[in-house]
Amino acid sequence: MLEVVLIYGYQILFSISIFILISLGLAIIFGMMKVINLAHGEFIMLGALFCAQLAQGGIPLGLAIPLAGLIVGLVGIVGERLVIRFLYGRVLDTLLATWGLSLLIVGAVTTYFGPQTSSTPQNLGTLSLGTFSISVYSLVMILVAFALLIAIYCLWRMTKIGLIVRTTMQNAATAQALGINTDRVFTLTFGFGAFLAGLTGAILVPLFGASPTMGVFYIAKAFITVIAGGPLPLTGTLAASSLFGAIDGAVAYLTTSVLGEISVLFVAIILLRLLPQGITGRLKRGV
Amino acid sequence: MLEQDQKRRVRRRLLTGLATAGLTAVSLALAGGQAQAQSGDPIIVGNILDQSGGLNIYSLKQIQGVALAVDEINKSGGLLGRPVEIRFYDSQSDNKFNSQYATNALLRDKVSVIHGGITSSSREVMRPIVQRFGGLLFYNSLYEGGVCDRRHVSTGMVPAQQLEALIPYVINEKGKKKSYILAADYNYGHITAKWMQKIIEANGGEVAAVEFFPLDVTNFAPVLARIQEANPDVVYSALVGGAHMGFYRQFESTIGKDNMLLASSTYGVGREQTELSPQEGEGIIIATSFVDDLDTPAAKDFVSKFKAFSGEDDYIGEYGEYGYRGVMLWADAVRKAGSAEPDDVIAAMKEGGVSFDGPGGLYSIDGKTNHTTMDIHIAIGNDKGSFDLLQSFQQQPPLDTQLVCDLHANPDDTTQYEPEVN
Repeated sequence: MLEVVLIYGYQILFSISIFILISLGLAIIFGMMKVINLAHGEFIMLGALFCAQLAQGGIPLGLAIPLAGLIVGLVGIVGERLVIRFLYGRVLDTLLATWGLSLLIVGAVTTYFGPQTSSTPQNLGTLSLGTFSISVYSLVMILVAFALLIAIYCLWRMTKIGLIVRTTMQNAATAQALGINTDRVFTLTFGFGAFLAGLTGAILVPLFGASPTMGVFYIAKAFITVIAGGPLPLTGTLAASSLFGAIDGAVAYLTTSVLGEISVLFVAIILLRLLPQGITGRLKRGV
Repeated sequence: MLEQDQKRRVRRRLLTGLATAGLTAVSLALAGGQAQAQSGDPIIVGNILDQSGGLNIYSLKQIQGVALAVDEINKSGGLLGRPVEIRFYDSQSDNKFNSQYATNALLRDKVSVIHGGITSSSREVMRPIVQRFGGLLFYNSLYEGGVCDRRHVSTGMVPAQQLEALIPYVINEKGKKKSYILAADYNYGHITAKWMQKIIEANGGEVAAVEFFPLDVTNFAPVLARIQEANPDVVYSALVGGAHMGFYRQFESTIGKDNMLLASSTYGVGREQTELSPQEGEGIIIATSFVDDLDTPAAKDFVSKFKAFSGEDDYIGEYGEYGYRGVMLWADAVRKAGSAEPDDVIAAMKEGGVSFDGPGGLYSIDGKTNHTTMDIHIAIGNDKGSFDLLQSFQQQPPLDTQLVCDLHANPDDTTQYEPEVN
């Protein structure tokens, strides 16, 4: 009995952690910066790809994951400087521009790295729970997902950097009047969002693999999570990920993966009908 | 004297002039003849495969296999004295492009044959189009069997060849009876799962559960938990595409092949083992009609010329060979027909005797069903990203389709017959 409860809990936490990971970067770029980043899935893909490449090149996985994230962060910064910075405040234009960016990334990766699926194995082994065994890597992934969320929350709420970023996002003109270099804040925040997306891809690659067109597997889920989360990007992402992850994990385990996905979409529709502003729509403070 | 000299000179000049003219004429005629043989309208082969998207793992080598076969045909003088030309269309892992390009190929580009389609759903999208415009489709892919259509030729394995070899091996040689089936959620997976159930039960095994997965599912954690709950002896996978590849990785990192046998009808054809680590791929049992490791001169020769042609040194696998085999079988039918017109080629196949002695042994097309008889091998993934052979079956006929299909009696049949499982 205990093992069934544990395996249940594991399924749900695993599902929640996937929702958190794939939407964290978007929570910052779309939730805070209001850039409809359709290249989010491609940032995840780049992270997965770079991580697989680095690991195949002999760099240990534990180092390849953050490194891949950093490279994607740099890609994000370059993209922001070249394209996005001209479009702040023009929400619909960002949609078109980032869609173009996503096509460009997919095309470039296909041309340069080829269209095949690549990946890299992990060797953390398994943990046995009676008749069940679960992958230790998945457990580490769950911990990392929650740790990242908490770390970013602390960064935004407790540090001066967080204050500056939040001020800039709330009112750039006032922030500029207070002597903040808002241009740089925008660039770095976008780069940070891209870094988180890349990190996610890198963390997921030993489980799910990397291919140039994999972005489409994640983009819809990420947007649904952030939109359902509402105006407070981090709290909202946590709430929406927990809700969707719990439903997906439980339903997929009890029935099939298909019904799991369907039930998530169903709940998302109902949720947005009842709370059009998202889960955190009524909350006035927080991130 | 002077006059004579002049006359002689004139005559000589005339002679040389004539001679030169004659030579020129001859060489012109030769050149003309050559030009005609060369410019005899090329025979156009349409090739519709997924160069991009989640299903390209099956297509990338097959595109090269088709090109290699056409290259060889052209180097040995073409077909019926005419050069062969490929018109390639990237269906991008999306069936809507299969229908669009099949129409383009037949109406605009006037192809003599379409080679292509990977998934059964893409084939079923193209079949009515080929029907409507009187074309010919060579479907170079393993599939669930049962398509009875004179405009469709299957050159890959069907369940009676593949699963009738694989499942009895798993049950009788390995003693693994309690089975759990995972399949892709479209017509291939559903019909293949039915065949699996039928053959498992016929061999005294039992089926604990059958589950289907849409092609974009990457997270297999829930089903891995359910598998552990059911605790079967063997898991059969008919999973398809790049996203599903994650299953083999996640299976190894939770359950592990040391604790549970893994057998598959699709593993290897997408060259999955080249992207998995040795531990993840080692020990998976498959039934196949071609792996690079076949120890025959024909197979070795094919592997080396394929690598030289493509300039890539990695594993080729079954689907690369299918592209080559498909074109060569079609070429044999064209030669027998003395024409590349679809209806003439179909008539030649109906006569029977269309065959190709290829890399995996002799392939011959059965005129009653347009399906192919071939050798089948049981193989197991090894730690070198490749396969070791366990057992071979010579010249296996496509029995399942032969039981239900007779194009001699019903040439206008276009049905896909399905097995019945009670």
